[in-house]
Amino acid sequence: MTNPFEYAPAPESRSIVDIKPSYGLFVNGEFTEGHGTSFKTISPATEEVLAEIAEADEADVDAAVKAARKAYEKVWGPMSGRERAKYLYRIARIIQERSRELAVLESIDNGKPIKESRDVDVPTVAAHFFYYAGWADKLAYAGRGTDPRPLGVAGQIIPWNFPLLMLAWKIAPALACGNTVVLKPAETTPLTALLFAEICQQADLPPGVVNIVTGAGATGQALVSHPDVDKVAFTGSTDVGKAIARAVAGTEKRVTLELGGKAANVVFDDAPLDQAVEGIVNGIFFNQGHVCCAGSRLLVQESVADELLAKLKRRMSTLRVGDPLDKNTDIGAINSAEQLAKIRELSEIGEAEGAGRWSPACDLPETGFWFPPTLFTGVSQAHRIAREEIFGPVLSVLTFRTPSEAVEKANNTPYGLSAGVWTEKGSRILSMANQLRAGVVWANTFNKFDPTSPFGGFKESGYGREGGRHGLEAYLK
Amino acid sequence: MSPTNSRVDVRKTYKLYIGGAFPRSESGHSYEVADSLGKFVANAALASRKDARDAVVAARKAQASWAGRTAYNRAQILYRIAEVMEDRRPQFVQATQQSEGLTAAKAEKVVDEAIDRLVWYAGWADKITQVVGNANPVAGPFFNLSTPEPTGVVAVLAPQRSSLLGLVSVVAPVIVTGNTAVVVSSYERPLPAVTFAEVLATSDVPGGVVNLLTGSAATIAPWLAAHMDVNAIDLTGIAGEPALATELEVAAADNLKRVRRAPAVEPDWTLDPGLEPITAFLEIKTVWHPIGI
Repeated sequence: MTNPFEYAPAPESRSIVDIKPSYGLFVNGEFTEGHGTSFKTISPATEEVLAEIAEADEADVDAAVKAARKAYEKVWGPMSGRERAKYLYRIARIIQERSRELAVLESIDNGKPIKESRDVDVPTVAAHFFYYAGWADKLAYAGRGTDPRPLGVAGQIIPWNFPLLMLAWKIAPALACGNTVVLKPAETTPLTALLFAEICQQADLPPGVVNIVTGAGATGQALVSHPDVDKVAFTGSTDVGKAIARAVAGTEKRVTLELGGKAANVVFDDAPLDQAVEGIVNGIFFNQGHVCCAGSRLLVQESVADELLAKLKRRMSTLRVGDPLDKNTDIGAINSAEQLAKIRELSEIGEAEGAGRWSPACDLPETGFWFPPTLFTGVSQAHRIAREEIFGPVLSVLTFRTPSEAVEKANNTPYGLSAGVWTEKGSRILSMANQLRAGVVWANTFNKFDPTSPFGGFKESGYGREGGRHGLEAYLK
Repeated sequence: MSPTNSRVDVRKTYKLYIGGAFPRSESGHSYEVADSLGKFVANAALASRKDARDAVVAARKAQASWAGRTAYNRAQILYRIAEVMEDRRPQFVQATQQSEGLTAAKAEKVVDEAIDRLVWYAGWADKITQVVGNANPVAGPFFNLSTPEPTGVVAVLAPQRSSLLGLVSVVAPVIVTGNTAVVVSSYERPLPAVTFAEVLATSDVPGGVVNLLTGSAATIAPWLAAHMDVNAIDLTGIAGEPALATELEVAAADNLKRVRRAPAVEPDWTLDPGLEPITAFLEIKTVWHPIGI
């Protein structure tokens, strides 16, 4: 089908951001040199080099942990919750004030559409700091005893899919509870974390309370295994999560893990199909499908499968893939060449295993990393594209006949992060919600996040919750 | 007394408790259990790897329907366990005295405490959701509710010293919320556990909800820690064995089991347990639904 609307380019201006040629680490309130091998962060949409980033080696990580320990013992730990709260409120306000700058920088470094970084990521980041700021002086009312204590120094490792949002999910509750942090952003998306470091300076946050160490796996490993880290919080792949669980075995370190998923999005024959199509599109194509809770397995009741697929394909044909800074863009760039290769490989395996591949006609830019919105039909539960997390804009479509078959198929995965249900029947929603083994169940909606609402997985999607009152548990004893 | 006048007593064979039945170990192995003074008391079944696997199968089979019962019903069943224990007090007092070397008065107190603890946990069945659940005021037109759900099948290494109170204190918090358990009893003091299993079998507890293995935690636990159909493991029973605890935690990472870590020393079981023994084996599920759309 041809698109009835023609769009003129509507790019957001880059002039609001000032990307420096190189960045150091943020340790003890100051930017310092890293002693590892520096690396480049690039724009995934253009492959242009954005900046040279310092790599923290073991000694740098040690210095950051020492700074965090000192700040914990001398300043942040002893500080009253009321005072800590005000620092967090300050940070939240500065994030709001600099929201456009953060959104543009996020889209440049990560490749996500500006309408998502502007309307979802950054506002949720500010909201998260506001929410946990308010907890700092109310911890005695959190249902964890009258005198809950912080854990100490938290080592936090975050992924590249929601760089600033994951930072907020980690830092806001940790600080509210009186911990200090050493955070490692992902190596492909360090820029907003480094801008956040400037925001900490701007807020006059005491030195050492937040430390940012950039680097890849080795830096993360040094942080996880550092003997003076009391708490490890990780969001990322299940494989790395398991390695972290092994690394902390036999220690006193507390751990929370937010890992992969292969969520089922279950559509019953009585579902509002147009609404469901929007939910399916949002579920798998939001953020290029780089979402751990993405609805990557569509389970549709057989009797409406053809009708739904026709609607879905028509809707997919209207998705605009391209320049992340264009305000009309729906799907931005794949975050890295490595991730693109993985998506391509699994898609090829999907075809080779016999599933039917379909994408709307769409022109992809010449440079940068791109993948069209894609769906596979005729997928069986044995197919790798039904079992493995693709972490890209690729939807596997399976069918079912009865609710119990839907439950069985939905739960037939080692993951258990999220699930979706679409039906007009209230009692069926509640029954499905009871039976789905997942930490978040979206009914007649999908991919909704809120600071007050706990998020986290069952089974191999990890343990612990982030957000809400439950999110405090990860940072208190 | 001459042998001809004395009645020959009927000695009991202590067996495993799996899926509601009392099988011997499939390995055919048993071991000698002595009292606190070292005097032979009985032979207990020495559970094997295969027994542990059978127990996991039984626990998995029972889990969904146990979790699917109403909280009120689970509360009643836990309370029923306490009732039946009360009924068999003398037997528990004797078993505890024998295995832990306590005076009669102290053994009485331990049994009191164990029964009272069951009553305490029974009451949590229909309250825990209200205490750890949440309605969340999200910034949008959505109903948003977080409630706890059982983690699934939990392997429990019961304490080595406190053979009854300690056992009850690690089993009750696991099953009260709808988990099912594979329990490895104290190695040297397994007999109160077997008697406890006989109580479970007559207390309306569905078969497979609690499976009890007597034998060596060091031998069985690695299989349970590595078992891909076990969702969580409580390492309390290997208190003070950091090398084994580390090995089990590493194995547990293969499917990211929830691990309740081994303490340095066995806890004082007379203290208020708090909620952590329950919440360690719960998952928070959050359900969203639009309002007015």
